[in-house]
Amino acid sequence: MKLKGWKEVTPGAVVTKAGSAEEFKTGSWRSFRPVWLEENCIQCMFCWIFCPDMAIEAKNGKRGVFKYDYCKGCGICALECPGKKGKKAIVMEEEGK
Amino acid sequence: MATTPLTLRELSKKEVLLTAGHRMCSGCGAPPVVKMVLLASEYPVVAANATGCLEVCTCISEYTAWKIPWIHSAFENAAATIAGVETMYRSLKKQGKIDKEIKFIAFGGDGGTYDIGFQSLSGAMERGHDMLYICYDNGAYMNTGIQRSSATPFGADTTTCPAGSVVPGKLQKRKDITKIMAAHGIPYAAQASPSHWQDLMKKVKKALEIKGPKFMNIIAPCNRGWRSATDDAILLSRLAVETCYFPLYEVENGATKITVTPREKKPLVDFLKPQGRFKHMFAPENEWMLKQAQEDVDKEWEKLQREAKASEVS
Repeated sequence: MKLKGWKEVTPGAVVTKAGSAEEFKTGSWRSFRPVWLEENCIQCMFCWIFCPDMAIEAKNGKRGVFKYDYCKGCGICALECPGKKGKKAIVMEEEGK
Repeated sequence: MATTPLTLRELSKKEVLLTAGHRMCSGCGAPPVVKMVLLASEYPVVAANATGCLEVCTCISEYTAWKIPWIHSAFENAAATIAGVETMYRSLKKQGKIDKEIKFIAFGGDGGTYDIGFQSLSGAMERGHDMLYICYDNGAYMNTGIQRSSATPFGADTTTCPAGSVVPGKLQKRKDITKIMAAHGIPYAAQASPSHWQDLMKKVKKALEIKGPKFMNIIAPCNRGWRSATDDAILLSRLAVETCYFPLYEVENGATKITVTPREKKPLVDFLKPQGRFKHMFAPENEWMLKQAQEDVDKEWEKLQREAKASEVS
C-alpha cells in the first residue's frame, strides 16, 4: 500500500470519511491463518462477536468467510470455537506453509 | 424504539460501528469491548476517547475506524469533553434545534480513568451529566510500554515496578474504581467482561436507558502487557470472572447486585498462571504473594456478597 505524500493529504490531516480505516489492510501482520471448516460449524457466532479485528463476515445472521485482508491471526476465534462433537470449526495454520 | 434481541444471530445483522483496519495489537481485548458496547446501543452515539491504546490505534493520521462522531482532546479529560458535548446537546434541544435522542459515551483506558482522568471523571459524575463512561481496564499503561497504573494488580511485573530480587513487582493493591464511582451516588455503576458478552450488553442497554451519569468498568486483557498468548484475551477475561478477581456486578441506585456468580469459584492461580507478569510469584521465595493475592480476592468477594445480600433485604 502506498502512503500519501504531503500534497495529497488534507489540510490538518483532517479525516473526512467515517470508517476509513477499512482502506488500511492489516492482514500482513498475520503469521498464523485461521481456517474455517464449515462442516464442523454450529453457527454459534462466538467467533464473530469476539474477533478484535472485525475480520469475520456475517450475512443474514450467519457466519461468512474470513476477511484475510484484516485478520491479524491472533487465534481468539479458534480458541473460543466450541465446534461440533469435539471437532473445532476453526483451526490455525502457519502462514507460508 | 425497536430493540434488537440479545442474540448473536440478530446482533450480527446490525452494522458494527468500529471498523476493521484499526491498528490495535493482534489479540487485543479492547476492540471486542467497544464493538459490544456500540452494538448494544439502539440510539445514535457520540463518543469521546481519552488518550490511550484505543484512541491512538483507531485514529492514526488519515484513517479512522469509527463510524460515529468521535472526539479526542487529551488524556485527562474524556469525561469533561463528553460532558461539554452533552450540555450543548441539551441546550440545542431546548432551543428546538435538535430533536433526536442521542446517547453520549466516553471511552478511557485504566490510565485515563483511574489516574489521569480521575478528577474530570469525578467532576462529570458529580455534575450529573447524562452520559456513560466506559473504562476498558487492562491494568497498566500498555500504550506507552507497560508502566504501572493504579489499576495494576498486586504482584504484577511492569516496566516501572519490575520484579527483581529486592522488590517483587507491584506491592500495592489495585484501586476499586467501580466502588469509588458508585460512592458518587450515581444511578448506575457496573463491572463487565467481554467473555460474558450478553451480561455486558445487557448492562450497556440498561445504562443507556437511565438518565444521569453512569459508569462501567470492563476488563480488557492485553497480551503484550500481561505477557500471555495472543489468543487468550477472552479466556483470561472469563477466568478473571470465575476466580472472582473481577466479579460481575452492578450498583443501581445504591443497591448492589451480583449479575454473574461463578458456578464454582476457581483458585486465583488459574488466572495468574497463564500470565508472564505474575511468573515471579510462583518462585518458592514469593509464595507469600500468591497467598496474599488470594486472600485479597476472597476478602473483596465476601464483602461484595455481603453488600449484595444487604441490598436484597432492604
